[in-house]
Amino acid sequence: MTERRAITLSVNGKDYPVAVEPRRTLVDVIRDDCGLTGTHIGCEHGVCGSCTVLLDDEPVRACLMFAVQAEGRRIRTVEGLQQGDELHPLQQAFMRHHALQCGFCTPGFLMLAVGALEKRPDLDDEELVEMLSANLCRCTGYENIVKAVRAAATEMKARA
Amino acid sequence: MKPAPFTYHAPASVDEAVALLARWGPQDGRVLAGGQSLVATMAFRVARPAHLIDINGIGELAHITIKDGVLSIGACVRHAAFERNSVPGPTGALLRKVVRNIAHYPIRTRGTFCGSVAHADPASEWCCVMAGLDGVVVLRSSRGVRRLRAEEFFQGVMATALEEDELVVAAELPLLADGTRTGFQEFSRRKGDFAIAMALVCYRLENGMMIEPRVAIGGAEAQARRIPQAEQALRGRAPGADVFAQVGAAAAAAIDPLEDINNTAAYRRSLVRALVERALESAQ
Repeated sequence: MTERRAITLSVNGKDYPVAVEPRRTLVDVIRDDCGLTGTHIGCEHGVCGSCTVLLDDEPVRACLMFAVQAEGRRIRTVEGLQQGDELHPLQQAFMRHHALQCGFCTPGFLMLAVGALEKRPDLDDEELVEMLSANLCRCTGYENIVKAVRAAATEMKARA
Repeated sequence: MKPAPFTYHAPASVDEAVALLARWGPQDGRVLAGGQSLVATMAFRVARPAHLIDINGIGELAHITIKDGVLSIGACVRHAAFERNSVPGPTGALLRKVVRNIAHYPIRTRGTFCGSVAHADPASEWCCVMAGLDGVVVLRSSRGVRRLRAEEFFQGVMATALEEDELVVAAELPLLADGTRTGFQEFSRRKGDFAIAMALVCYRLENGMMIEPRVAIGGAEAQARRIPQAEQALRGRAPGADVFAQVGAAAAAAIDPLEDINNTAAYRRSLVRALVERALESAQ
């Protein structure tokens, strides 16, 4: 019953061959087996959004799927945002607009917003707030996160 | 917490899935679709299935098709599919209004329409749509195919007519006639949280009068259903604030509300009255 399965996960363009029990969630395997601890685990039942990663470019809760389900899919985590020495425009905007305090929720917010903006760079203010309501932040009061995402959207559009 | 151990099956076809369900369904086997409810309950160990049959790899279940006036939604169609213009006409417009109320974006990218129907949470928006539009649930097992109307399928809070060896392969919605106006409103205490009550309304105008009325209520009772008394109050009348208020009052009087620690029956009645009015006011 607890037999391990050999699978290969593709995370940020790199293959990770791992042997996992089917009951292990994607976020646990990303952290413990792939060693990518940038993705955080908060509630472990789909409420807080801290574990958000991109699965084939769509934001998903990595605590609500099993790692064995992600074989053959393209996973992106916060570690994949930076290009060389340059932070992603959204990471820069988070710094500039003081969109984080303790930082625990930040990787989830970054992946949520990157996934949404890549698909819909022209989100209006109402849609942007609706999208960000998916994740919980207990420090900032959200205002600065909204400002940062709005600024990054403009920047990402200019670069596209 | 972490889910308890289980044996994982990943069938590539419906035939393979129903064969696995015939074998493992009676031995505490469960179907895994989007997993947005099931995996959370497994994390709490409220659910401890011995076998999970993951249908996400079954390509034939990812269809949205329209044939002979019926919309067919395959078991692997995600909520997010309805945010795009994937369904034309008033039915598509209604589904786009409804989907915005379902949880949050990263949940909608994984969770499925049919999974929500099979789970039969009273607060499920899609269950309310199935009831309101007289949807049909298509079930497959190694014994054959069953087609159940929503009112036959739903049997109370998280209770359905689904047998343990059956797979929901599709949900079917008869398309609304062109010109149908639709409205949907729900109330929850936090954005994306489970609705305490919701109202779905449809009608068409003929010579200035409302015909073909549909008023369905979800979240307030053990299962979503159409409310004939409210539809009667709407039929043949001209749209207007007084009529909308009467329809809301008729719906509120007709329901048998759920009660919980935060919401009394009287509160749910009051919500239903307001939501039906708002749904009618917003219908277009």
